[in-house]
Amino acid sequence: MDILPILSTLRRHKLTAGLLVMQIALTCAIVCNAVFLIGQRLQRMDMPSGVAEHELLQIQVADVVNSGNPYARVQEDLALLRQVPGVQSVAFSNQVPFGGSSSNGNVLLDPNQPQRTLNATTYFGQNLVPTMGVQLVAGRDLRDEDFVDVDTALKGLKTGDTKSLPHVTLITRGMAERLWPGQNPLGRLIYLTPTVGLRVVGVMASLVRPNAYDAATAQYTMVIPLRMGADRGMSYVIRARPQDRTRVLAAALAALRKADSQRIVTTRRSFDEVRRHFFRDDRAMAGILVGVITALLVVTALGIVGLASFWVAQRRRTIGVRRALGATRANILHYFQTENFLLASIGIALGMVLAYGINLFLMRHYELPRLPAIYFPVGAVALWLIGQLAVLGPALRAAAVPPVVATRSV
Amino acid sequence: MFQYYFDLAWRSLKRNKALTALMVLAIALGIGASITTLTVLHVLSGDPLPGRSGEIYYPQIDPQDLRGMSPSKEPPSQLTLIDGMNLLRAARADRQALMKGGEVPIQPEGAALDPFYVDARYTTADFFAMFGTPFRFGHGWNAADDEAKARQVVISRDLDAKLFGGANSVGRTLRISGTAFQIVGVLDHWQPNPHFYDLDTGSYAAGEQVFLPLQTMIDLHLSRDGSNDCWGNGGGGTDTVLPADTCVWLQFWVQLNSPAKVEAYRQFLVHYSQDQRALGRFQRPPNVRLRSLMQWLDYNGVVPDDVRLQTWLAFGFLVVCLVNTVGLMLAKFMRRAGELGVRRALGASRRSLFEQLLVEAGVIGLVGGGGGAVLALGGLWLVRQRSSDYASLAHLDPGMLLTTFVLALGATLLAGLLPAWRACQIAPALQLKSH
Repeated sequence: MDILPILSTLRRHKLTAGLLVMQIALTCAIVCNAVFLIGQRLQRMDMPSGVAEHELLQIQVADVVNSGNPYARVQEDLALLRQVPGVQSVAFSNQVPFGGSSSNGNVLLDPNQPQRTLNATTYFGQNLVPTMGVQLVAGRDLRDEDFVDVDTALKGLKTGDTKSLPHVTLITRGMAERLWPGQNPLGRLIYLTPTVGLRVVGVMASLVRPNAYDAATAQYTMVIPLRMGADRGMSYVIRARPQDRTRVLAAALAALRKADSQRIVTTRRSFDEVRRHFFRDDRAMAGILVGVITALLVVTALGIVGLASFWVAQRRRTIGVRRALGATRANILHYFQTENFLLASIGIALGMVLAYGINLFLMRHYELPRLPAIYFPVGAVALWLIGQLAVLGPALRAAAVPPVVATRSV
Repeated sequence: MFQYYFDLAWRSLKRNKALTALMVLAIALGIGASITTLTVLHVLSGDPLPGRSGEIYYPQIDPQDLRGMSPSKEPPSQLTLIDGMNLLRAARADRQALMKGGEVPIQPEGAALDPFYVDARYTTADFFAMFGTPFRFGHGWNAADDEAKARQVVISRDLDAKLFGGANSVGRTLRISGTAFQIVGVLDHWQPNPHFYDLDTGSYAAGEQVFLPLQTMIDLHLSRDGSNDCWGNGGGGTDTVLPADTCVWLQFWVQLNSPAKVEAYRQFLVHYSQDQRALGRFQRPPNVRLRSLMQWLDYNGVVPDDVRLQTWLAFGFLVVCLVNTVGLMLAKFMRRAGELGVRRALGASRRSLFEQLLVEAGVIGLVGGGGGAVLALGGLWLVRQRSSDYASLAHLDPGMLLTTFVLALGATLLAGLLPAWRACQIAPALQLKSH
């Protein structure tokens, strides 16, 4: 196919051709970045939690009037919940993965260091590891004798009585790698305050923060042997087979209500719902981006159809002359297809530069990583395809122009 | 003349329905997307206390120990109980209120309603006057009630409707977490967005149902919500134990009626910090901030990044739609070169042709704006179906509706400039000859 005649024709339609190229460039740039953003969101929504999500339930209950011993209350409830048919295991926790609300502490390696080493989230509660299905990769789980009541620990913290504080902790492999790269973390000490030293007795494969906004720090997690009393913010975590969960949740709530009808259930959900709720904005954003990409490609395709139709109508005479001079239908068809391909290619080349520019802007203002090169061909292929599809109709119409047109005056 | 142009434009648009429809569709899509995101941004970055926010300030001081100190670091975003009470009692501002959020169980009388939890605000007397909360019945409590740990409560209009059918419930008793409180006031509808005075208990569409004295909360050990930052050997506390003295957990707001008072208050905060350092309570050199309400919202980045990103995205889309429209309009105008040539030859000036073509562009813009408004209503409906905190706030107000048409008209006229100019360059003789 001869490109030179096409170029010389385009030179006479600089303005229209320029506008089309500009539209393709802008669309290409936005599509590249939007696809990249979608990838980012999907990756985030896929963040591992380290727990058996499809087997877990969360229940939160609140007392109307503070009554009785809150610690005894928890033990009674746990015993009650264990009796519910289908319940495999029950834990009581101050927070849950992707639950949002989170307790955090600053971790020091040396009690006297001026700046913290990192900030980690702190899970408290009994029976957490087996119930949530957290994998231990080294060391042991927390034992009953490790546990201290929260009130006792707070008092100890105030008076400086370190005996009444917990002494051991579990940490994740990710946190261990960050604190002591390539070394065995078991038996090492970390400090939450200059007086609270905790010895690492076990390493978990993974356990995500309740508010995991940043993938880099999402796995900085500790489990500390603190026993808590019944409190509105705490959660009962129940493990059951996936297919039993609905039934188990209903039965568990009935059991809790039977024990005390004056309590209010504030949260009842499966961990699938917990994850869905936590990533709701990411899902919405991904949906919006898909919508924008679709709308952009449709508008651009319609624009190409409109302009190509105009050109075909404008060049009816010329096409007729070419046909009369021996050009085949296929020649005419290919002419318009090649023209579109050329315009799309120029647009795509400009679009790549623009895409890079937009990415720089996003990196500066929205803490996004650099656009990987793999995303550039995505935009290019999309626009070449859209261009060829859009131009096909007008090009076929052009090819159908009979040679006799050349002999007619307009 | 304008009417004649309008008539010409209408005829011309009808003559080539497909091309017109394409242009209108492009404008409508671009405008619809832009207005949807712009409305969300507009609602989220609005002034929660119009007319008042300029006099409301948020003082910050730095009571932390020397660990982790660096000169550029911001002071903590909340106060300790000691500092909060000191600043409150110093009463150096025109009005001041110390506060914390929480959740309390309400026990309705009789068996008709089960007990339920509502959001609560524990605060001090000036809260109502300073933020200009509208009262439906009664009024707030006074400073003496604060000190007396009074069992008094102000309830929201919604709670009044739920418990008392919307009647004047002032003077009646409300049982909260096992304690009898006397209702002293019922608020009218009041939900400032963003929920500026405590961003940790929800930035948007958050509103408390009961307001009671902070001292009463401390006395009764009512449960608290929101953030709590400790240093040294500080422990965050539980429902029954208050956070340690080395924890910041309270918000403190002041009203300062003149720039001179703002400066004086800033000085006061510095002096307070110096005094506390001399007493040995503070270890760091004075590090104070006194941000106005809107500065505080800005500093906290309260508008979600995603919303800003969506607005950029929508405007990028609008630009593509406009470029598309420029191309189509150019095609359309150039196709009428013959007609324009005849009109030029018959004596129409370039200027009048240009005006007529712009009127045509304007008509496309208005029709596209109408379509855009419909699409924006649909878009905002979709936004409201989301589960984000702010979803329920996404409504088109008359101002934004007007913006829709202004934006659509302005954008299309801009898009029409180039094609109209180009079409006016046609030499009449050349066009006439070819016919």
